Amino acid sequence: MAERPEDLNLPNAVITRIIKEALPDGVNISKEARSAISRAASVFVLYATSCANNFAMKGKRKMLNAGDVLSAMEEMEFQRFVTPLKESLEVYRREQKGKKEARKDKDKKADSEEQDKSREEDNDDDDERIEEEEPNEEEEVDN
Amino acid sequence: AARLSGGESRPVSLPLSRIRVIMKSSPEVSSINQDALFLTAKATELFVQYLASYSYKHGRGKEKNALTYSDLSHTAEECETFQFLADILPKKILASKYLKMLEKEKRDGQVGEDDEEDEEEEDEDE
Repeated sequence: MAERPEDLNLPNAVITRIIKEALPDGVNISKEARSAISRAASVFVLYATSCANNFAMKGKRKMLNAGDVLSAMEEMEFQRFVTPLKESLEVYRREQKGKKEARKDKDKKADSEEQDKSREEDNDDDDERIEEEEPNEEEEVDN
Repeated sequence: AARLSGGESRPVSLPLSRIRVIMKSSPEVSSINQDALFLTAKATELFVQYLASYSYKHGRGKEKNALTYSDLSHTAEECETFQFLADILPKKILASKYLKMLEKEKRDGQVGEDDEEDEEEEDEDE
């Protein structure tokens, strides 16, 4: 897949919003500054990916997992991100699970069957072990 | 409203599909677990916030209630954590100053006298 130059950039509107959230109200951000931060963010992704990939290779794995990314953050001297990232990941995993169940429910209802939801709740424990190498889903992401 | 957000009402605003494109442009990467993709996107958001707030705090832009490019390049140069950005956030210099620098280098390398006006004309050809 050939990447066009703009594909390696992140959406301006989103970047601007994130910057505004980090600064006191009313502070102006020059276009140049915004564009520079956007480029910096892309470089950050590349740097983080490369670093995380090193950890995956050390573990003789071809698939980058959550632990690799967290290790990369520490390596890059962004330890301050690790705790908020872990918290976000927990929320994200719960939401993904919720979506999966909602989809299952839809399918089952379409077949006119009732699903036993109490069985699903027992699986919560698995999701809290974030540091383990077992990935949630083996499949690659196709958004 | 400055805060380092972590997993609140919305998990992440940066589009995962775009993050994935950037990650995959790295040649050694074969596949990416969904959680890893999410974490990279989230980490990038935290990074943007950190870069912006740090630069604002330590820069001179705030004298005019602004975040400027100069604040950012200053951060890349001065702060070790952000040094990986130094190449893409170079310090800026006025074109006229740069031309004067070039002329000075030429003069320092030459024994004979120089005619400044002629040198400027030559520079235009570049």
